[in-house]
Amino acid sequence: MERRRRPGPGEAGDSVEKYSVLLPTYNERENLPIIVWLLIKYLGDSGYNYEIIIIDDGSPDGTLEVAKQLQSIYGTNKILLRPREKKLGLGTAYIHGMQHATGNFIIIMDADLSHHPKFIPEFIRKQKEGNFDVVSGTRYKGNGGVYGWDLKRKIISRGANFLTQILLRPGASDLTGSFRLYKKKVLQKLVEKCVSKGYVFQMEMIVRARQLNYTIGEVPISFVDRVYGESKLGGSEIISFAKGLLTLFATT
Amino acid sequence: MTKLMEWLFGLTLLSTVWLTLSFDLLGLNLPETYQQAIWPFPIYLLLIFGCYSLATIGFRVATFNNCEDAARELQDQIQEAKKDLARRGLKF
Repeated sequence: MERRRRPGPGEAGDSVEKYSVLLPTYNERENLPIIVWLLIKYLGDSGYNYEIIIIDDGSPDGTLEVAKQLQSIYGTNKILLRPREKKLGLGTAYIHGMQHATGNFIIIMDADLSHHPKFIPEFIRKQKEGNFDVVSGTRYKGNGGVYGWDLKRKIISRGANFLTQILLRPGASDLTGSFRLYKKKVLQKLVEKCVSKGYVFQMEMIVRARQLNYTIGEVPISFVDRVYGESKLGGSEIISFAKGLLTLFATT
Repeated sequence: MTKLMEWLFGLTLLSTVWLTLSFDLLGLNLPETYQQAIWPFPIYLLLIFGCYSLATIGFRVATFNNCEDAARELQDQIQEAKKDLARRGLKF
């Protein structure tokens, strides 16, 4: 059997596990310090072994400059900066971030404060409970929910989710959410397989996970819609969602 | 098998059974009352599915949690974080 280092004081049991949080950012100058502070509060306090990888896509608002300040406050072992020249999309941001990740688990989330780091310890507990390959946050189950959505947005969201469940039977209740924990190897495999962009990318990741017989655990989360900045759900998002759904319907 | 193929397979199977029975292709000579029940069957199915969908979506919209507490907690934590970060020398 593999020898394991005994957990020191303040450490959460199994110290072999390391969690890499990937934060892709674009114009998140306001939100980035807060999200990092919250991550450190919840991950540091629970004694987990972790790192935060910030992948900034050349934000014109100076997100990277703020990230550098955060790095000097919290240390280069906790905060890693892996910026890119320009906006290159989510899928490649994950690939890029993963290349530099030293953890055996990867957590992906939005940096706009709609995903709260307080749920990460729950994700980790859930993962251990069933040795899941993927743990997905869900707004549609248990105590999960949203804040800041009007009736129209709720109807569209529930309707789209219902249709997706009927057509794809993906075995997970929240397909378009992007707050998830993956085993690193599993994420690598999935990113290789996935071809879609944006929104649909998150959906494809879960559908492919099911196709490859990976196990998926779920944790209810509260989704607080963007505190700063505008949130968007227009006609073009709905059309690209429909296209993505039909593509997955015909190909998986 | 893709999801599309699964659906096509299922629909073909159902419509074959329906066509066979409603046009009595096997010569079973089903009683008149049975035949009258069989031919509008696809319409019943659509209606039931429609009602089920509307009821499910309606129920789920009505019970979609509004996370007021989470929003309030986040606002408080944002203030707390800003104070703490400023103390540590962060320039916003």
